[in-house]
Amino acid sequence: MMEPTLSHYLLVSGALFSIGLLGVIVRRNLLIIYMSLELMLNSANVALVAMSRFYGKLDGQVMVFFIITVAAAEVAVGLALIVALYRKRQTAEVEDLATMKL
Amino acid sequence: MELAAWLIFLLPLISAVTIGIGAFRSKPISAGISIAAVVGSFILTFVMVANGSEFPDGQGPSPKVSWLRLDGLSVDIGLKIDGLSKLMLCVVTGVGSLIHIFSLGYMKEDRDFSRYFAFLSLFIFSMLGIVLADNFVMMFIFWELVGVSSYLLIGFWFDKPSAADAAKKAFMTNRVGDFGFLLGILMVWAAFGSVSFDVLEKEKATVLCGLAGFLIFCGAIGKSAQAPLHVWLPDAMEGPTPVSALIHAATMVAAGVYMLCRVFFLIEGTWAMEAIAWIGGITSLMAALMAVQQDDIKRILAYSTLSQLGYMVMVVGLGGETNSDYYKITNVAGTDAAMFHLTTHAFFKAMLFLGAGSVIYACHHEQDIWKMGGLRRRMPRTYWTFLIGTLALCGVPLFSGFFSKEAILTVAYKESMPLFLIAVAVAVLTTFYMTRLFLVAFCGEPRSKHAEHAKESPVVMTLPLLILAVPSVVAGYFNMHAPDPLILFASLIAVVFGALLANSIYRNATDDPLPVRLGFIARAMKARFWFDEIYQWFIDKVQERLAKLADIIDRWIIAGLLVRGAHGSTEFAGRVLRLAQTGNLQTYAFWFAAGLAAVLVFALS
Repeated sequence: MMEPTLSHYLLVSGALFSIGLLGVIVRRNLLIIYMSLELMLNSANVALVAMSRFYGKLDGQVMVFFIITVAAAEVAVGLALIVALYRKRQTAEVEDLATMKL
Repeated sequence: MELAAWLIFLLPLISAVTIGIGAFRSKPISAGISIAAVVGSFILTFVMVANGSEFPDGQGPSPKVSWLRLDGLSVDIGLKIDGLSKLMLCVVTGVGSLIHIFSLGYMKEDRDFSRYFAFLSLFIFSMLGIVLADNFVMMFIFWELVGVSSYLLIGFWFDKPSAADAAKKAFMTNRVGDFGFLLGILMVWAAFGSVSFDVLEKEKATVLCGLAGFLIFCGAIGKSAQAPLHVWLPDAMEGPTPVSALIHAATMVAAGVYMLCRVFFLIEGTWAMEAIAWIGGITSLMAALMAVQQDDIKRILAYSTLSQLGYMVMVVGLGGETNSDYYKITNVAGTDAAMFHLTTHAFFKAMLFLGAGSVIYACHHEQDIWKMGGLRRRMPRTYWTFLIGTLALCGVPLFSGFFSKEAILTVAYKESMPLFLIAVAVAVLTTFYMTRLFLVAFCGEPRSKHAEHAKESPVVMTLPLLILAVPSVVAGYFNMHAPDPLILFASLIAVVFGALLANSIYRNATDDPLPVRLGFIARAMKARFWFDEIYQWFIDKVQERLAKLADIIDRWIIAGLLVRGAHGSTEFAGRVLRLAQTGNLQTYAFWFAAGLAAVLVFALS
């Protein structure tokens, strides 16, 4: 049985990040995009925790702690916005929300 | 005395401004102000000359007004008062006063009477500015102002297209010469670092002086209507006749000669002198030939003016000996003779023009001499004064023109034989065309109804004529020198020969026999040697094409490629980049990620 190395963790982290990014770019539903964003944040967390573990320093874990806190706050605000948007527009599809264009 | 000097200068300006601001509503008040201003200037000049108080050496009347101060250039508005400017002041204000008075009669029925007097005052002010200027820049400013007021006065009857065109022609032809003048001034300033006459007089001449002097002379070519820029002067006769007398006979055209005398220290001894002398000589001969075949009374006088100005310019260019005791006006034979002739010419030519004006007025604005005739009995005062003017212009002994012409011929005889011969030929031609004009217009039988019913002009017009007749006779005596017998003989022969020849051809003639007898030569003279046609051709074929080329470059390359190109490419880029702005969140996210990826690839590889 092979001992997992830092590279393995980083590969997982990279894969998760890419999946998340792809989700953000291609999915239409705001909620799914939101979930994909969370996935990207958490992939970063995985990488940081792995680094922390392998280099024997706590800095990465502290950072992860902060990321989770900020993400929680962000989710609260973001979901509230999505709900408000849905109430106003009766849709959560990004293609219908292209009013930022001049 | 200082106040007087400034008042001489400023009175006409005050008059012009006052008329312009409000007095123009009343004809008599405008005329009164204008005449009072110029007569006031004349009286002050007279007082100043009579008192004979010279200002300290090299110092004009204070205070000088500092007009412009930069590093290496300071320009004052200051007055230079010496023998030269005093003489010119007398001529300008003296002749100016009489012409103002004459205008009262001549312009009586004109609806723009007040405007006319405002312009006249403006002109006198500008002219006095040239005369009194103590530096090049001030002279140039007033030089241009004279050009403007001349434009305004030639085009006074601007609803007549020919007058408007003549005004434009005069102005633009002058601009050509003034361009050279300006370059010359810049060159003088570059070489000596000063534009003040007093400073420059003390400088040593350098190599540049010849070129600078010639460029400055270009200004005189324009203003004094020398060949090849003489074409504007005959056309300028479209203006009212008193204007022709004042501006285009006595003062403005003399400004070029005056200016040459003023800056003579600069051109002395350079090659520019020779160029000046020859241009003057050629102009005088050419203009005299043209005058022989003109039919318009004012045009004959205009060409005669050209010819006499050519005389003056020629003699300035010839220079001659320097003797400060012998010569009264300046200390060089050439400039002394030029200023002398300028003065006498101003009097008798102004009188001739006013006489012509009187004739034109009496004949209901008929200007063709072949439609006059027999005016001797009907207009005796005009007849006699015109006769005196003619005799003076021809240089008949004891009249003023005789002495000044003698002075010119003496210098020419000593300095250059070919130019002396030209000058004698011009003297013959002068007598010839003046006798022709005189015989045809005043003698014989009336040849038109207007001439038959002509009446003598009112006193307000004949009085200035009579007054001008006095200096026309006696102005020669104040600078008289004993003439050389040979020159005396030559000029007498010229007068007698010219007069007899004209008398044999034109006595009782009803039309001009010369075209038949001389054929082509007479046609060339009548067509003024096709100068206007050549210029027209040049403008049509060369200048017009250059202008079109410039237009194409401007329209397509500068406006099209550069200006519109800059705005076009920006707009195009904007249109393209606009496609990227979809408003769709995910597109932005995609570009963001792509950009990040690109940076990563760049940073890591």
